[in-house]
Amino acid sequence: MGLLLAVRDRADRTAFALLFEHFAPRVKGFLMKSGATAALAEDCAQDVLATLWQKAHLYDPAKASVATWVFTIARNRRIDALRKSRRPEPEDLDWGSGEDEPDQAEVYEAQQEARELGEALKALPAQQRSLIERAYWGDRSHGELAAETGLPLGTIKSRLRLALERLRREMARE
Amino acid sequence: MATMIRHHLSDEVLAGYVAGVLPEAFGLVVAVHLSMCDDCRAQAMALDSLGGAVLEAGDAPSMAAGALEAVMGRLAAAPVAPVRRAVRRGVLPAPLIDYIGGDLDAVKWRSVGKGVRQAILPTDRMASARLLRIPGGVAVPDHGHRGMEMTLVLQGAFVDETGRFGPGDVEIAGDELEHTPVAEAGVDCICLAATDAPLRFRGLMPRLAQSFFRI
Repeated sequence: MGLLLAVRDRADRTAFALLFEHFAPRVKGFLMKSGATAALAEDCAQDVLATLWQKAHLYDPAKASVATWVFTIARNRRIDALRKSRRPEPEDLDWGSGEDEPDQAEVYEAQQEARELGEALKALPAQQRSLIERAYWGDRSHGELAAETGLPLGTIKSRLRLALERLRREMARE
Repeated sequence: MATMIRHHLSDEVLAGYVAGVLPEAFGLVVAVHLSMCDDCRAQAMALDSLGGAVLEAGDAPSMAAGALEAVMGRLAAAPVAPVRRAVRRGVLPAPLIDYIGGDLDAVKWRSVGKGVRQAILPTDRMASARLLRIPGGVAVPDHGHRGMEMTLVLQGAFVDETGRFGPGDVEIAGDELEHTPVAEAGVDCICLAATDAPLRFRGLMPRLAQSFFRI
């Protein structure tokens, strides 16, 4: 988070390089899982990180972790590149106007929540975790997922629901 | 928006929107509902966070040699100033204004009979989106579905076999639902409807009208 704020507030290129090192390979991996070739994923990952620089002012640390923000940019790039389509955005849900400094307690809470969600995801049994990941890699309907794993559709849906409920419980326990 | 929303997005539709797999027309209905419904908006943000966790924990294959230098080379001197937030500028939620190219008074309505008017919005071809304007007391012609239909009320209300739908409410109907929405008396009912297959009207005349009017 500090790195992105350094980019936003001071156009800090060293901070950008560190963000690139961490996120570019993850975005590339995410896009390859979504069905992009390595070459397309590489190009898009570079675009996503360039967008992170350009739009750094729109990042609001009280609303999301940097990973979540990068995910939303990567997802939108994927819709554009792979589906040749676009995703209408709701109004007033931009990532902050960058005009006011957000409340520090809210920032702490949002970042803490994101860390806990990450830990909860890692703690899931492999099969449940994989179902969640596949839902986010996208372009696979639950029906296709069923065909691929040999699990009946109802089971897939109830497992997705269980996995999400478990995540919610994990977070509520804190 | 201070309206009482009773019919929300399903978990499946919301998850599809967050994952970015919905056809654009359905995405538009979701974006408009999220512009009117804080509950669903909060849930969409939670699902975004889970997407961030998936990205963070995922594979990280090496980038090509020189990738960082290539990107650094095309960065502007400093991040550009923030763009204006998309906030309510008129009667309709901002995402709709983008598609119409203006507010409610800019909609190019075409009559489809019985006083019902519609305007088709430009989206990708996987599904279609349209605005419908139904005078109070008038029924939308009886129809069945092939595939999914989402109908969001923007003004007024309609009632069908499953309940009453007012501003912000969204009805999600699958193959199985045969319903007859009737606009409540009063102001015209204005809806945003998305279908992933053309509506199939019962009876010969409506079917002819269907190909004619692109319903």
